[in-house]
Amino acid sequence: MQTSLTFLKGKIMVPSRFVITVIGIDKVGIVAGITRVMADFNVNIVDISQTIMQSLFTMIMLAEIKEDNFDLSSFQKAMAAKGHEFGVEVKVQHEDTFRFMHRI
Amino acid sequence: MLIHPEEILETIKMVTNENLDIRTVTMGISMRDCCHPDIDTFNENIYEKITTCAKDLVKTTDDVQSLYGIPIINKRISVTPIAIVAESCKEPDLTSVARTLDRAAHDVGIDFIGGFSALVQKGMTPGDLRLINSVPQALASTKKVCSSINVATTKAGINMDAVALMGRVIKETAHLTRDQGGIGCAKFVVFANAPDDNPFMAGAFHGIGEPECTINVGVSGPGVVNSAVRALENPSLGDISECIKKTAFKITRVGEVIGKEVARRLNAKFGVLDLSLAPTPAIGDSVAAILEAMGLESCGTHGTTAALALLNDAVKKGGSMASSSVGGLSGAFIPVSEDAGMIDAVLRGSLSLDKLEAMTSVCSVGLDMIAIPGDTPASTISAIIADEMAIGMINKKTTAVRLIPVPGKTVGDMVEFGGLLGRAPVMPVNRYSSEKFIARGGRIPAPIQALTN
Repeated sequence: MQTSLTFLKGKIMVPSRFVITVIGIDKVGIVAGITRVMADFNVNIVDISQTIMQSLFTMIMLAEIKEDNFDLSSFQKAMAAKGHEFGVEVKVQHEDTFRFMHRI
Repeated sequence: MLIHPEEILETIKMVTNENLDIRTVTMGISMRDCCHPDIDTFNENIYEKITTCAKDLVKTTDDVQSLYGIPIINKRISVTPIAIVAESCKEPDLTSVARTLDRAAHDVGIDFIGGFSALVQKGMTPGDLRLINSVPQALASTKKVCSSINVATTKAGINMDAVALMGRVIKETAHLTRDQGGIGCAKFVVFANAPDDNPFMAGAFHGIGEPECTINVGVSGPGVVNSAVRALENPSLGDISECIKKTAFKITRVGEVIGKEVARRLNAKFGVLDLSLAPTPAIGDSVAAILEAMGLESCGTHGTTAALALLNDAVKKGGSMASSSVGGLSGAFIPVSEDAGMIDAVLRGSLSLDKLEAMTSVCSVGLDMIAIPGDTPASTISAIIADEMAIGMINKKTTAVRLIPVPGKTVGDMVEFGGLLGRAPVMPVNRYSSEKFIARGGRIPAPIQALTN
């Protein structure tokens, strides 16, 4: 099975694309707040979709991280903290979770 | 977007609402290079080996968990059956080895370590006997150590001398851990046809045909299957089977991507992916609930064995399509104390020990986490084991017994084990004696493999 994880110098690993989901009650400024954090971490948005599902605000982003030695853990914490501010749940997961589950 | 938003939300729902998890990442470590006649040196060798191989297991597993966003509940280690590697130690008591395993497990931060085990399906060496005799004290004086004894295979038959011994070992273990409801017995399992690469406890050990170091992954998700089946509108049984297959497929794929990544980062071989529906006490995360979703009023009623056969087979089919590395036990588990639906069924009077035995002939594993009265004779426990071993031997499958004769408790009482082990109602056993049958000893010969009607 090939994953889209790549190696650099045999040691540092660069996870390339992530799915970011934001789920919760809609509020003014959610998108701006969340994308601000992404910009701070130099995370690029490849695709974005937003909808209301079962009366919940649902935003899904496909994000790309190009940095060699990206601090995923800090990014996840910052995103979760921002989500907490708005009362929404924010998850940052490698795209392979979804790719392998739903695509052969 | 490559992946549809609905698919993304489906995955997230599986984790947040339906308890999808990687139940365990289990590192199998060979202990074959640790042998030494001096038990102290032997203990040093195994401690050194485990703490070296597994030093990054927990951190790596945690990193992979946050990368993929799928919870990994337990980190475990399995080792070569200790009876084999400790054979040359002439020390009669191997409790110190169990303590060493416990200390190593504690120091690397894992949840359980399995492999205080012996394979005695055809007979026992002096080393096997020393290990078996050490089991009660070993389990009573350690927290994370799990023990298993394989007493039967389809090729060798059933070692009834060992079966007789098992009843006494279980009673003694219960007695030594009587202050905690006989919890030592929850860490001890008796097998027929034990798999070499099972990541689940209490039966995990690192088989003798295994490589130096492997990563085996146990994936669970009864809650996911339960929700998927309940979402169907007036399905036929064929529709249900199809739905379970697809769900099992999805769960397995996620397990595989995680297992391979953990193995790669640890520079270990990826062994097997074991997709087993292992229930937890959480509501809905229940195998009994799935059977009831198929249309049974209460688990254990007539039709339960058929429904379980459908479930187990569909899980295997979906799993084996999703991964070429499916192994271990792979199927549905029916532990009573760990499954809220099973507990309810027992309390309601719809699920008996006899029905559970019938169910084990069509699902993976066997009589699991069942509390029985503390005064059950050792020979009766041995006879229950013998029945279960016969089912495994004849049907060429793994079966196992994990019974807890709860000291001081009787039918109708409830015993609390806590955590994933849950709580169990004490179930009645047959009151007629099996004493003479068990006392005969010897071996039940291997069965004929033809004329299979």
